[in-house]
Amino acid sequence: MILQPLFFYLFSFVTIAAALMVISSRNPVHSVLFLILAFFNSAGLFVLLGAEFLAMILVVVYVGAVAVLFLFVVMMLDVDFTELRQGFLQYLPIGGLVGIILLAELIAVLGGTLLSPDLVAEAVSPIPPVAEMSNIEAIGGLLYTKYVYYFQAAGMVLLVAMIGAIVLTLRHKEGVKRQDISAQVARSPETAIEVVKVESGKGL
Amino acid sequence: MTIGLGHYLTVAAILFTIGVFGIFLNRKNVIVILMSIELILLAVNINLVAFSAFLSDLVGQIFAMLVLTVAAAEAAIGLAILVAYNRNRGSIAVEDINMMKG
Repeated sequence: MILQPLFFYLFSFVTIAAALMVISSRNPVHSVLFLILAFFNSAGLFVLLGAEFLAMILVVVYVGAVAVLFLFVVMMLDVDFTELRQGFLQYLPIGGLVGIILLAELIAVLGGTLLSPDLVAEAVSPIPPVAEMSNIEAIGGLLYTKYVYYFQAAGMVLLVAMIGAIVLTLRHKEGVKRQDISAQVARSPETAIEVVKVESGKGL
Repeated sequence: MTIGLGHYLTVAAILFTIGVFGIFLNRKNVIVILMSIELILLAVNINLVAFSAFLSDLVGQIFAMLVLTVAAAEAAIGLAILVAYNRNRGSIAVEDINMMKG
């Protein structure tokens, strides 16, 4: 099986390269597009791990909604981004130092992880064999039964986020003429017509 | 040569570090900071799914989905705050935000 390592390295290298471009690109629009590339390739990694449903969710939710939202906001805000890049190199040494230390620690701790076979046997909700049940079916069977409260809580989080975003960005403009149907219907000749006595020889 | 858990965890660790590094590097640009947070959450998701696959336990994937939900909500709220802030100030420089303290 040479294909699995091949695709693993392909997806992970493209993901990491795209992530590097996200943080170093000059134009934020390019950053968003590289973010989309990174998400696509991590979806590939998820497929390699056998999590097809999450891979598809990643493509649909992240690429289809979140990244497009980013793109929309970047293009809507007419901001001078060159000004925002001042001090880019100023933070490079300290950021690089912190990053390298963090990376070394994480890889030292995680990279050499070996799982004991006992842990696999003790799985709370074992993944059923693919021939028996697909990934989506298995996730659905677990999410809507044992983890239904988490599912509801996630729904509440999304609801609060939606209401919050609307409240934050909604504004009522002054001086916009809107149709008021009840006021129109309630008009009578007394309120609609004004009789003015015009003196002869003078204008109004 | 087989791909083990360590490979996936290393990729996730590199991605996480790039996200943290991005926050340091783009101190003034809120949009790139939000994108760095998305990268960090993606690294967390890769960790969860990798452990789920190698421990043969489905719960990791459920929690990866919850992380995905929170990340989407966070992006929506963050961008809404950004739009409201830009409307008030005409800029998105992070350094001006300390005017918001009460």
